[in-house]
Amino acid sequence: MTQLILFNVFNGLIVGAFYALMALGLSLILNLSGVINFAHGGFLAIGGYLAYALIPFVGFWGALLIAPFLTAFLGLIVERLLIRRLYGRDPLYSLLLTFGLAYIFEDSTRFIWGAQSVPFQVPDWLMQPLSSHYFFLTGYRLFMVLLVAAAVAALFLILTRSRLGIRIRAGTLDLETVSVLGVNVRILRTLNFGLGIYLAGLAGVLAAGMLGLSPTIGTSLIMPSFVAIIVGGLGSLPGTLLGGLLIGVASGITTVFAPSATEAIIYVMMGLVLLIRPRGLLGEEGRVQ
Amino acid sequence: MKRLPVNRLSSRTFSVIIWIVLLTLPIWMRAVGSYTELGTQVVVLALAAMALNFLLGFTGTLSFGHAAYFGLGAYGAAMTIKYLVPSTPLAIVVGMAAGTIAAMIIGALIVKLRGVYFAMVTIAFGQVFYFITFRWNTVTGGDDGLSGWHRIPLDLGFTSIDIEHDGKAFYYFVLLCFALCVGVMAFLLRSPFGRTLLAIRENERRARFLGIPIERHLWLSFVISCLFASVAGALYALLNNFTDPRALYWGQSGNFVIMAVLGGMRSFWGPLIGAAIFVVLQDYVSSHTENWMSFVGLFFVLVVLFFPRGVLGIIRRRTMR
Repeated sequence: MTQLILFNVFNGLIVGAFYALMALGLSLILNLSGVINFAHGGFLAIGGYLAYALIPFVGFWGALLIAPFLTAFLGLIVERLLIRRLYGRDPLYSLLLTFGLAYIFEDSTRFIWGAQSVPFQVPDWLMQPLSSHYFFLTGYRLFMVLLVAAAVAALFLILTRSRLGIRIRAGTLDLETVSVLGVNVRILRTLNFGLGIYLAGLAGVLAAGMLGLSPTIGTSLIMPSFVAIIVGGLGSLPGTLLGGLLIGVASGITTVFAPSATEAIIYVMMGLVLLIRPRGLLGEEGRVQ
Repeated sequence: MKRLPVNRLSSRTFSVIIWIVLLTLPIWMRAVGSYTELGTQVVVLALAAMALNFLLGFTGTLSFGHAAYFGLGAYGAAMTIKYLVPSTPLAIVVGMAAGTIAAMIIGALIVKLRGVYFAMVTIAFGQVFYFITFRWNTVTGGDDGLSGWHRIPLDLGFTSIDIEHDGKAFYYFVLLCFALCVGVMAFLLRSPFGRTLLAIRENERRARFLGIPIERHLWLSFVISCLFASVAGALYALLNNFTDPRALYWGQSGNFVIMAVLGGMRSFWGPLIGAAIFVVLQDYVSSHTENWMSFVGLFFVLVVLFFPRGVLGIIRRRTMR
C-alpha cells in the first residue's frame, strides 16, 4: 500500500511538473500581455511532434535541444503576425483568436501525423527501472523531474538576473513606465511570448516521452494548467509552480482512493481556494480586480 | 447609450422582420434546399448565444464556460425522460433547474473576480461537469452519450401535439420556448435592473460609488444568463433525442462566444445572426471536409481580425453615419 501511494505521489509530482512547466509559460504571457493563450496546448503538441520528426536525424538528445527552439520560433511568428494586433484590446479577442489557433494546431498535427498516437522513442537506458523494489522509478522519470527543475531554475535565474528578465518583471507591474524608460515594449512582449512558448515546447517533448504522442495531448494538459495558475495565484510565478505541483500530487493521491475522481479533484481544489482565498495561494492582493 | 429616435424605430422594424423570418422559416427552408431541423438548431443555439450575451454584451463580463450549463440542461432533460417521467415540459424544467442551481453555486464563487481572471475560472469550472458526465458511466452513459430515449408528444388535455415525429411542430414548440425566454430577457434589459447592468458594464467603479451592489448584480446576471443557456441545452437534447459529454466541452463554450461576437454582441439580436451564420457554415463545411476543425479555427481567427464588431455592429455603424 505504501508503495502504491508512493508510486502515485511520485507520478502526480511528474504530471504536476508538466502542468507547472506549461502554466509558467501561460503565466508569463498572461502577466505581461494580458493574453490567455488558449493555443498553448497546441504549441506543446507541436513541440512533441517536431521532436518526433527530428529523432531519426538528430537522435533524442538533439531533438530535445532543437524542438523547443523551433516551437518558440513558431510562437514568435504567430505573435508578430496575429497576436500583436490585439494587445490593448478586450481580452475577449485574443482569447477567441488563440482558441481558433488551438483548433488549427490540433487539426494540422492530426492531418500531418495521423489521428492515432505515435510511438516516441526514448533512449533504452533511460527506460530501465533504477531499483527493483521501486519499479516505477525509471531513469526517464527521474531525468524528467530533474530537467523540469533545471528549466524552472533557469527561468527564475533569467527573470531575476538578466536584463530581459528584469524588464519582463518590471513590465508586468507597470508596462507604461517601462516603455517611458526607453524599453522597446513591442520587442519585450515578443521575446516574452517566445520564452513562454519555449517552455511549452520543452514540456511537449518531455510529455511525449511520458504519455505518448497524440493530437489531443495539448488540449488534455491545458485545463489543468489554467487551474494551476488560479490555485497558485494570478500574477505570481512561484505560485503557478506551486499550484501545478499541488494539483499534480492531489490527483495522484486521488487515483489511489477514488480513480474516477482523478480529474474532478483539481477543480474541487480550485473551488476551495477561490472560496477561502480568492486571489490564490501566493497571489498578490489587489490584482484580482 | 444615447440613441436617436430614428434608430429606435429601425430597431423595432428589425425585430418585426426577425420574427416574420422565424415564423415562416419551415415554409421557405425547404425551398432553399435545406431542412427544418437545421432551422430548429439555429433557434436553439441562438437562444444559448443570446443567453451568453446577456452576460457578455450587456453586463460586460466574459464567461467562457457556458457549455457547462448548456450541457447540464441537456443532461437534466435527457435523464428526466429516460429515468423519471416521460414528459417534455417537465424535462425542460428539470434541465433548467439543474443548470441554474449549478450556476448559483459556481456564480457565488466567482463574482469577486474580474476580466481575464473571471474568464479563466469559468473555463476551468466548465470542465468539472464535463468530467462528471464523462466518468459517471452508469448514469450518464459516459463517452457514448445518453441515448435510448426520445422527446414525448405534448399532451394538452383536449388534444396532443406530436412534436416527436412532426419536425415542423417541434420547430414551433422550440420557437415558443425561444420567444418566452427572449421576451423575458428583453423585459429584464429594459427594466431598472437591466439599466443597472449596463451601468456596470460602462463604468463599474462609478456604479459602485453610486451604491450599487456590484457583486449581487453580477451574480444575478450570471445566473439568469446560465438559466436560459440551460433551457437551450434542454431543447438541444430534445432536438437530437440524444446528448453526450461534448455538449459540455469547452469547444462548445467557444462556439457560443464566437456566435455572439460574429453577430454583434452590443445588439440584442446579434447572437441570433451569428448563430445562423455559424450553424449554416458548420453544416456546409462538415459535410464537405474532414478537416472542419481547421476551418472553424480559421473562421475564429478571421472574425477576430476583420469582424470584431460583428455583422450588426457594422450595419449599425453604417446607418448611424
